[in-house]
Amino acid sequence: MLLADASAAAWSWNLISDFQQMWSFPFMVNAFRAGAIVAVVSAVVGWFVVLRRQTFAAHTVSAVAFPGAAGAVLIGVSAVYGYFALCVAAALVIAVLQGNGDHEESALTGTVQAFLLASGFLFIALYKGLLEGPQTILFGTFLGITASQVTVLLCVGIVVLAVLALIGRPLLFASVDPQVAAGRGVPVRALSVVFLVLLGAATAEASQITGTLLVFALMVIPAATAQVLTARPGLSLMLTVLLAFAATWLGLTAAYYSPYPLGFFVTSIAFAGYLLTLSVRALRGIRGRTGVPLPTEEVAA
Amino acid sequence: MSILLAASPLSHPFFQHALLAGSAIAAASGLVGYFLVLRAQVFTADALSHVSFTGAMAALAFGYDLRLGLFTATIAITLLFAALGRKARPDDIVIGSVFSWILGLGAFFITLYTTSRSTADGTAGVGVLFGSIFGISAGRATVAALVAAGVCLLVLLIARPLLFATLDEAVAAARGVPVRLLGFGFLTVAGISAAEATQAVGSLLLLGLLAAPAGAAIRLTDRPYRALALSAGLAVLEMWAGLFASYAIPKMPPSFAIMAAATAVYAATFLIRRPSTRSRSRCHSLIADKDVIRRGLLR
Repeated sequence: MLLADASAAAWSWNLISDFQQMWSFPFMVNAFRAGAIVAVVSAVVGWFVVLRRQTFAAHTVSAVAFPGAAGAVLIGVSAVYGYFALCVAAALVIAVLQGNGDHEESALTGTVQAFLLASGFLFIALYKGLLEGPQTILFGTFLGITASQVTVLLCVGIVVLAVLALIGRPLLFASVDPQVAAGRGVPVRALSVVFLVLLGAATAEASQITGTLLVFALMVIPAATAQVLTARPGLSLMLTVLLAFAATWLGLTAAYYSPYPLGFFVTSIAFAGYLLTLSVRALRGIRGRTGVPLPTEEVAA
Repeated sequence: MSILLAASPLSHPFFQHALLAGSAIAAASGLVGYFLVLRAQVFTADALSHVSFTGAMAALAFGYDLRLGLFTATIAITLLFAALGRKARPDDIVIGSVFSWILGLGAFFITLYTTSRSTADGTAGVGVLFGSIFGISAGRATVAALVAAGVCLLVLLIARPLLFATLDEAVAAARGVPVRLLGFGFLTVAGISAAEATQAVGSLLLLGLLAAPAGAAIRLTDRPYRALALSAGLAVLEMWAGLFASYAIPKMPPSFAIMAAATAVYAATFLIRRPSTRSRSRCHSLIADKDVIRRGLLR
């Protein structure tokens, strides 16, 4: 019944009344709250992922959430435990096996990912009664997020951000120049393990909203956009959070007013921002080369 | 009794088709996968696997043959990746951003397909994601086998210069090897084989078929051609093992059985050999590795 009401509503360009109308449904309020938490946490973690070039590891950890959720459903516990258990476990496996070889590492990560996804498929095949099928787990849903789920998201998010704030400076140092950092006595390897565990937790959080296949978008695209825009760490971190937040809330609004899935809107909005920044940079590059007068800030720089 | 059990599936046409298509696809994946691992492009393969899903769903949503979408999407994306990256080797961040968006697009097409077409098959998405090799028809199996054979032939044709360009790009370029063109060509072949593998094990799992046999082969031998052959051979054997296992245990989907076989073989290689010189110093072992391979090439 809620859904029928929601789809009957139309976008009116009057932002205040639109938001009032959307937020008259408790499930939408929860969705916006959860979206905000997830966007901030995954943006901050994703910023480090992009800086450390660990996209493949991040994608593998996010894919692993699928067997986690499917397995939890199969043995009859809440999917939340499955998400957290398997994401953190996969992060630990990658952390332990990391750095054993060069091309072997990527083959290993790929094999782990494919095998765990296959296991997820097996769980689904064994559990015949799964109502929505695997598509909800894979592509996410913003309907039916409960208030207690939001509380769990908030608690885990605060822990992740707090740990990240504690290790932020040495982690930044270790990410930018691992050798010099190791020389200065920074525990590079321990930091990398802690970071992967944080990545696992953040992924498990975000998977519950965006679906396991699209977490990766929320992590990587805003951070990649911000790092194209500016090289200053503090500023680009803030930009990342802002972009992820904007993409999530805009995506939620769009998904509310249309029949298409949330994941599509979030990824498309984020990617449009990325394309825009890339083309602006390319244009600037062309202008700089052809000798057209530069904008003042570039001359100053 | 056990022999009887193993021999009986061959009398079923669906199993024959699966075996025909599966063997050819596995051989192609093994060959392509070896180069993907050697060139450190496994992440590109990962991206391709997800792109193939969107391609297939788009084709279904607009009412075309699924394979048309598969091939168009994977080849277009490989060309895009090759054009974006320097020397036809794209950056991980760019790949990640592009393919996660394309995956989002896939979510859109799957909704479009299930809501707009009256004849929509609700499980089509699952079939594309996780494969349905036992459902492959005779015609499709023949086409898949022919395309896969073509991929194998192409890879074998460009194997020598590609190996050279992979191991020492600068020297290869100086010797007149068209490094950039090879990069493009190889990625295109990888795209085709990804589209092929989607029909067998599904878009989410084809990464295992590409990475696991190649990873195992590289652990077992340093000689490039031997590793190439081993990679293809292992892939085919794992495919057979998976097919027979899933026939014997009907509850187990074939895609899972194939992945389990591939993972088991890869895990076994960790027990058999190594860490001799390798784990001591990463840098040295890499150089030693390349030296051995180069000598193998020059011989």
